[in-house]
Amino acid sequence: MSEKKIVEERSLILNRRSFLGKAAMGVGGIGLASLIGNNLFRKGSNGLYTADSGAGGVKGVLDSLHHPSKIKRVIYLFQSGGPSQLELFDYKPLLNQRRGEDLPESIRNGQRLTGMTSGQDRFPLVGSNFGFQRHGKNGTYVSDLLPYTAKMVDDICIIKSMYTEAINHDPAVTFFQTGSQQPGRPSIGSWLSYGLGSENENLPAFTVLLSRGSGRPNGQPLYTRLWGNGFLHSLHQGVQFRAAKDPVLYLNDPKGTTADVKRSMLDKLAELNDQHYQESGDPEIQSRIAQYEMAYRMQTSVPDVMNTDGEPDYIYKMYGSDAKIPGTFAANCLLARRLAEKDVRFIQLYHMGWDQHDNLPGAIQKQAKDVDQASAALVADLKQRGLLEDTLVIWGGEFGRTNYSQGLLTDTTYGRDHHPRCFTMWMAGGGIKPGMVYGETDEFGYNIVKNPVHVHDFQATMLHQLGINHEKFTYKYQGRRFRLTDVEGKVINDILA
Amino acid sequence: MVKFVSSVLYCNMHAMISNFKKSSVIFIVAIFCCVALVSCTSKSEKTIALAEGDNNNQVPEKIDFTFHVKPILSDRCFKCHGPDKNAVEGGFSLHSPEEAYKVLGELKDHFAIVPGDVSKSELVNRIYAEDSNQLMPPPESNLVLEDYEKAILQKWIAQGAEYKTHWAFIPPVQPEIPVHEGDSIWGNNEIDAFVLDKFKEKNLSPSDAVSSEKLLRRITFDLTGLPPTLEQVEKFAANPSKEKYEEIIDSLLVSVDYAENMTAEWMDIARYADTHGYQDDFERTMWPWRDWVIHAFKENMPYDQFVTYQLAGDLLPNANLEQILATGFNRNHKITAEGGVIPEEYRVEYVEDRTTTLGTAFLGLTLECARCHDHKYDPISQKEHFQFYSFFNTIPEQGLLANAAELPTPYITVTSKEVKDVLGFINLQKSELKEVPVMVMKEMVKPRSSYILDRGIYDQYGAEVFPDTPKSILPFEGYSKDRLGLAKWLFEDEHPLTARVAVNRLWQRMFGNGIVATSFDFGNQGSLPTHPELLDFLAIKYRIEGWDTRKMLKYIAMSATYQQDTKTTKEKLEQDPENKYLARVSRLRLSSEAIRDQALAFSGLLNREVGGPSVKPYQPDGIWEETTGGGGGSTASYTLSEGNDVYRKSLYTFWKRTVPPPSMMTFDSSSRDYCSVKRQETNTPLQALVLLNDPQMVEAARVAAVGEMVANPNSENEQIKKLFYKATSRLPNEVEIKSLVAYYTEMLEKVEKGDISTDEYLSIGRSSVPSDINKKKLVAMTLTAHTILNLDETINRG
Repeated sequence: MSEKKIVEERSLILNRRSFLGKAAMGVGGIGLASLIGNNLFRKGSNGLYTADSGAGGVKGVLDSLHHPSKIKRVIYLFQSGGPSQLELFDYKPLLNQRRGEDLPESIRNGQRLTGMTSGQDRFPLVGSNFGFQRHGKNGTYVSDLLPYTAKMVDDICIIKSMYTEAINHDPAVTFFQTGSQQPGRPSIGSWLSYGLGSENENLPAFTVLLSRGSGRPNGQPLYTRLWGNGFLHSLHQGVQFRAAKDPVLYLNDPKGTTADVKRSMLDKLAELNDQHYQESGDPEIQSRIAQYEMAYRMQTSVPDVMNTDGEPDYIYKMYGSDAKIPGTFAANCLLARRLAEKDVRFIQLYHMGWDQHDNLPGAIQKQAKDVDQASAALVADLKQRGLLEDTLVIWGGEFGRTNYSQGLLTDTTYGRDHHPRCFTMWMAGGGIKPGMVYGETDEFGYNIVKNPVHVHDFQATMLHQLGINHEKFTYKYQGRRFRLTDVEGKVINDILA
Repeated sequence: MVKFVSSVLYCNMHAMISNFKKSSVIFIVAIFCCVALVSCTSKSEKTIALAEGDNNNQVPEKIDFTFHVKPILSDRCFKCHGPDKNAVEGGFSLHSPEEAYKVLGELKDHFAIVPGDVSKSELVNRIYAEDSNQLMPPPESNLVLEDYEKAILQKWIAQGAEYKTHWAFIPPVQPEIPVHEGDSIWGNNEIDAFVLDKFKEKNLSPSDAVSSEKLLRRITFDLTGLPPTLEQVEKFAANPSKEKYEEIIDSLLVSVDYAENMTAEWMDIARYADTHGYQDDFERTMWPWRDWVIHAFKENMPYDQFVTYQLAGDLLPNANLEQILATGFNRNHKITAEGGVIPEEYRVEYVEDRTTTLGTAFLGLTLECARCHDHKYDPISQKEHFQFYSFFNTIPEQGLLANAAELPTPYITVTSKEVKDVLGFINLQKSELKEVPVMVMKEMVKPRSSYILDRGIYDQYGAEVFPDTPKSILPFEGYSKDRLGLAKWLFEDEHPLTARVAVNRLWQRMFGNGIVATSFDFGNQGSLPTHPELLDFLAIKYRIEGWDTRKMLKYIAMSATYQQDTKTTKEKLEQDPENKYLARVSRLRLSSEAIRDQALAFSGLLNREVGGPSVKPYQPDGIWEETTGGGGGSTASYTLSEGNDVYRKSLYTFWKRTVPPPSMMTFDSSSRDYCSVKRQETNTPLQALVLLNDPQMVEAARVAAVGEMVANPNSENEQIKKLFYKATSRLPNEVEIKSLVAYYTEMLEKVEKGDISTDEYLSIGRSSVPSDINKKKLVAMTLTAHTILNLDETINRG
């Protein structure tokens, strides 16, 4: 092949439109979209997003959406440890009336217990030490622990009938994030990066932010595999944005050097790598050059998005004083909004510390204070910017907590063990009915009596809002077609606007 | 009343690997272009190509069940009409001729398949049905048959609907060696005869032999995970004879570097880690087992013995300490210490993990897919799954550890006396402790009974089962009903899988892909072998030559196939984009270990101490601390190793499962959650960030620069040339050297202008800078060396 031809071919390869168009064939099932910015979403006259493969259109692994999508991105405020629904959302006065009485066997009905309470002689019922008031148009009960959330109750949809299968943290969190209790499968954000790609060529499609709770500073650990790509291409892994010196691992230039020095190095590398490409003909070399350029752009774009100095005072007031302290939940909520503005597809926050086996009343006050104002501010902030309509915000943990006390029940304190049979989450934004309460538990707050929502139903619903049919969105690995919802899950149509 | 779903969701979760190699956009584009172009070639070529299972959407003249029909039936039909009896819809299945030909319906009046009679075969009506209620596969399955696939099924029925046993379950048969005459006198050994045979079919021709420098770099990396030294390159370039090449291979194969490199792969297979893996992720001491693996490779222990020790060393007659230690293999799985879990639920997971590992590592089968139900694709029933399980279910172990200090039983304590007397290969001096506990396998005095677990759930007992293996593979007759019997069964001469799976992995090591690309799955959903006769030839050779791994690797390395150039042209990409037929050698990106080890070797920093406790090299601050719950004991916070322990080879890097070393994960290390026999090979921006900004890379560049500046004080040109040579194993051409010298000069100007903070930049890493060196020049030379370390050619082996 003549040199000229090689050059022509290379420019063809590097011509974005052609390479996205062709990557769309899904050969080998690799989504590169995450790298290049894959604009699968185009707003139609009806206000819905549809995949558009017309002029300039770009296809990803999903060469079209399965149905018009309501949203472009998701912010998932994961409350790690298992927040008690009974202190926050699910008001059960009966438990206060019958405080200290044993949980009737007919209510427990064979539920397996964790090793932490299976040895307990008694299961004394305990109601919330905190009051509940009615809020919003529908008079929805919300705990006094969540004054800010209470004020925005008309903007969110509260699901009181979530349930899961796992009774311990590691499998339960893994189940929510990957659809399977045992490690190894891709995280939600990885699935989305793979399927939908990114709309920002300078930032990863899947970003992760961590914060530690004040209620139980040394609580349950997290694991990097929770934002792992599983068997998908590692381009789809969640990238942690940190409050540390290096906001993304290895992002900073070596000390003593500058971006200008880096630029020179990249230019030299591109030149030498390109020469080598001409000799060897391996197209992977051209890809390597492109990856270095993406890395370079991230070196600017990540610090830009992380730098909140320019945010006005009223914004800090909305999110609360913690928002000025890097690494707090409030600061991460503010970053989440900034990432949403940059069209990052999946923004995952984890707030640790919700595991109140003992001293629940003391600890949960602190946890609630960590997150209440900032969560509400995030929804309000997205709303005032017109972003809430195409962003789904999710708030919730991996399971709920028991209606009986773990350990000693006194007048002032008690604990609660893990409870998989019912717990509460809320969602806000694109396409979810605002001001709604969905599902119902019995008066003991132990079993669901109406509209149960399984973890896979939740996942199916989220995918649905993104224009994805969860049964059709599969990845064949080791001979089997895997999906986020494993072999189950149904869309909760009742909560869709 | 709410009905709670409680299906077990575990299924098929190995470590993360993908079954395709290169994965960049551009590569995809290349494949796409090629597919499009291939479809313009002549029809006869297509037909030949398809005979090997190539998916070019054409219907061949003669339909072959194994290559054309079964991949379609398995992938699109078996889920509801396959080996899983309980999932069979409509009372018929397609995995065996008896089932597929049988009469159907209440009136016994129709047939899915009537061999040779398309019009009477209901299957044909169904796949072409226009009524969606009739159509197969049904629309709700989200599975579709392409037109050419329908045509293949129809034609297969017309030609007699012949079934064949799955290729991988037929014992290897000694194939005839193809004879090539006339002008095709290419090749060194039988491998080449088989490969050339395929070239002729595909109209391909071999590439030129690679240059001596590249060949040396290739073989040295493939066997030892390190680059050759300059002296080795120069020596071989001076006399690149076949004899010299052979001598080099022999010397590499007996080196400890080879043993360590083979061990690195075995650690993936054995899911080795230094922590327990769940939740708080406490530390464990399994490194003495890892030291044994190094020892076994150093001794070139035959593969059958190597595997037997690991599966059943404790059951060998008069088992010695080494044999017992080797069984640590099956205790490397994760173990939970999460307060509150139900111990039995997790104990069952551990036994399942061993069962899965047996399947992935030795059988190339997805045994885990038959945990909750019969296998959907392969002839492995749920009962047979639990028969395998029962081999590993009689260990006196507990499901839950109470705390960091609790030692998971059963274990042995390795003492300094034992190390002195019989276990000399364990680097115990390096440990702070005089004795260390190592988990091993052991049988219970009164063995636990095993049962089929309904839907795979730990407490849902079905019928009792006993150790046995599927007849579809090889009957389990005349063996003791224990792990030792299982090991003997694996290495039976007639075993269809063990040798193929093992030799395929050796091939994968040398070429990037196995002859069966899905090295973890030789079942119905796995890839078909590209060179079936060659695979059988190698499998038989490996076995009859005593499972001699060194000998097999050398044999592969001596082939002309292995010694071809990597040069890719547009034509070659079009003809064989994935390089299945090896008319060139694939460039392979170095493994996560080799990338860092090469940088250390390049600088001279590499600490070549062998074995001992894992070490903690540079890692970004705070990443363990950010995620810990505070209960992780010694794994709650990261403490850098002392002295030059930070420069140990990467296989010794401490592996915390829940927060594995980020730079290694970025370069596709296995997570060590499950047995993994193949890694991804990706190309991502995060990789660029590691190579550009990891302090280890900068330090390695600087120490290398210092070395060359001291060695060649008067010529920057010479310094740069040497650095390039060391990193790529070849001398730079004139354009390259000129370009790099210009870069050096430009950087020196920047330093002179104060654009770079000399002191700060030179303080990166633990090693010190000689006081008498010109610091400004050192900065410029370090940047040059660092650029060289980032070259695509440096991080690939050509």
